[in-house]
Amino acid sequence: MLQYVLKRLGIAILVAVTVSMITFSMIYLSGDPAIALAGETATQEDIQNIRRVYGYDQPIVVQYANWLWNALQGDFGQSHYLKKPVADVIFERLPTTMLLGACALIFALVLSIPLGVVAAVRPNSLIDRIALTIAVVGQAMPSFWFALTMMLWLGIYWRLLPISGTASWANFVMPSIALGYYITPAVMRLTRAGMLEVLSSDYIRTARAKGLRPMTVLFKHALRNAIIPVVSLAAVQFGFMLGGSIVIETIFAVNGLGFLAWESIQRADLPMMQAIVLVLSFFYIILTFLADMLNAWLDPRIRVM
Amino acid sequence: MAERVLEVEDLCVEIPIPSGMLRPVQHVSFHVGQGETLAIVGESGCGKSLTSLAIMDLLPSKAKRRAERLVLDGDALTGMTERQMADIRGNQMSMIFQEPMTSLNPAYTIGNQLTEAMLRHKSVSLAEAKDRAVWLLEKVGITAARSRLGQYPHQLSGGLRQRVMIAMALMCGPDMIIADEPTTALDVTIQAQILHLLAELQDEFHMGMILITHDLGVVARVADRVAVMYAGQFVETGTAAQIFDSPTHPYTQGLLECIPIPGKTERGAHLGSIPGIVPSLVGEIRGCHFAGRCPYVHEACTAEDVSLRPSLDAGHEYRCVLSPQAAIANRNKQAAQ
Ligand SMILES: Nc1ncnc2c1ncn2[C@@H]1O[C@H](COP(=O)(O)OP(=O)(O)OP(=O)(O)O)[C@@H](O)[C@H]1O
Ligand SMILES: [Mg+2]
Repeated sequence: MLQYVLKRLGIAILVAVTVSMITFSMIYLSGDPAIALAGETATQEDIQNIRRVYGYDQPIVVQYANWLWNALQGDFGQSHYLKKPVADVIFERLPTTMLLGACALIFALVLSIPLGVVAAVRPNSLIDRIALTIAVVGQAMPSFWFALTMMLWLGIYWRLLPISGTASWANFVMPSIALGYYITPAVMRLTRAGMLEVLSSDYIRTARAKGLRPMTVLFKHALRNAIIPVVSLAAVQFGFMLGGSIVIETIFAVNGLGFLAWESIQRADLPMMQAIVLVLSFFYIILTFLADMLNAWLDPRIRVM
Repeated sequence: MAERVLEVEDLCVEIPIPSGMLRPVQHVSFHVGQGETLAIVGESGCGKSLTSLAIMDLLPSKAKRRAERLVLDGDALTGMTERQMADIRGNQMSMIFQEPMTSLNPAYTIGNQLTEAMLRHKSVSLAEAKDRAVWLLEKVGITAARSRLGQYPHQLSGGLRQRVMIAMALMCGPDMIIADEPTTALDVTIQAQILHLLAELQDEFHMGMILITHDLGVVARVADRVAVMYAGQFVETGTAAQIFDSPTHPYTQGLLECIPIPGKTERGAHLGSIPGIVPSLVGEIRGCHFAGRCPYVHEACTAEDVSLRPSLDAGHEYRCVLSPQAAIANRNKQAAQ
């Protein structure tokens, strides 16, 4: 087990380092950052000055090392636009995005796993067809369109929920549904497929041959095994969801990291964007690691040699 | 005569498939007494597994079961609800499956899987259930039994897993045990060992047993009665001695020719084979199912359905239009050649 944990941890660290390099090089993607910063009217001298001030004249490896060292200490530099430390802004916005992400994930799992299980237990039944419809529609429908439609009906026509801001819990309902809906189809389909496969396996027949209660067979023997691939998938999907939160937060004016990312892109605020990408990636890496640990707990074939 | 544990009369299984109605089990009747072993033999696909699953009421959901009588310990299983059946399964009647490698849940320890049936059916504490599990693991020849309780299936070899499966089936002290080819997936070297172990335990616990196996050598040694199954039907039933010494049905005769039986087949003797293929069981078959492969086939065979009828000795039945004398004479002629 320890070996497995260390291996996963090693992989996580490697991925994190790679991500940090990619994030760092983002700054050079749009050409010379000094020229971009200086603006169109700048003289050659201004540009040289900026290079020196921001350290763009140093070798790239040194720049990366400095940047990483500072980032590890929580210093992501100054926002070009807000003229404030990037870290302060990020840590102000982070809880909102985390809350939204957690609500969306819970909504998605609570909807998709039971639906997937029921669909597998009664294949081709009405519930299975409804679940399939949800999945197909969900996969086909762009999330921004779904969000806007929901906003129109629930927010404007029926006036059930507030349509923007983060004033109360009610503000989080629609964004969470819109964001969670994004990952529901994949999780549900995989739960259904996994359950179908497990339910026809020999050890389920053994469990039934023991006379165990249907609920024991379903939850203790089947779901525990069927859920293993779902855990990995949910972690990957959560990554997509972090990306998706840029769209959803913008639509619902939720003041989180996604919204901040969109604002920063518009303001060409490079240090801010770098930091957002880095923070979101790290969350994703941590979550994937936790998913691996959860799977090791669920599946003794990983845990016990 | 030992008290009857299981009585089966006119058991049929039907499965709707795209090309029609499959009838893999047709009008099967037998009974098993206390401490008695009935061996069911027959080639692959003749319906042995479906017969046992039908008795356990564990058939695939689209398969339909019909039976005139299906009685366990005096209680009719036909018409029982799923809940009532679940109270019986693993308790009064349990089953050992063909595939030890996949029949244990990979996510739980051996101890957990061994004790759960007992905790479900009997009012015992976890400690008592564990004690019984250890006792049974020792019975089935597993060493360091207590430490095995914490192990997972993937840590055990196939032979050990099948021993665990046997112990698991015995946890609640069933009256009836169905072993469906319990050794097919195992190493040849331990096959006979496991079958003999099963026979010993059955004797010790005085259970009724249905043993499905291809190993005629073991059948000859452990079975009280033998049923030969062909294309969904029992074609011959009798005591082990009757079947091995005076097989009456041409299929049984052919089957025994194919397989060397220790102590019966002479060294260097020529082994036979049965030419032809098993008929499709979709729809009705008119007359004898073996007619297409039988060396003695004539018009009467396909004219009308053949039912089981008594052979020379009491308790020996066969399904053929030939008289027992004629059938046995055929065999002797064949052997003389
Ligand atoms: N779920 C199913 N759907 C359709 N046909 C089936 C199903 N299960 C079994 N059959 C068919 O029923 C017939 C009898 O199957 P069964 O498993 O009882 O054979 P068997 O005698 O146990 O063979 P083996 O010795 O290979 O285990 C076979 O021809 C098989 O193809
Ligand atoms: Mg079988």
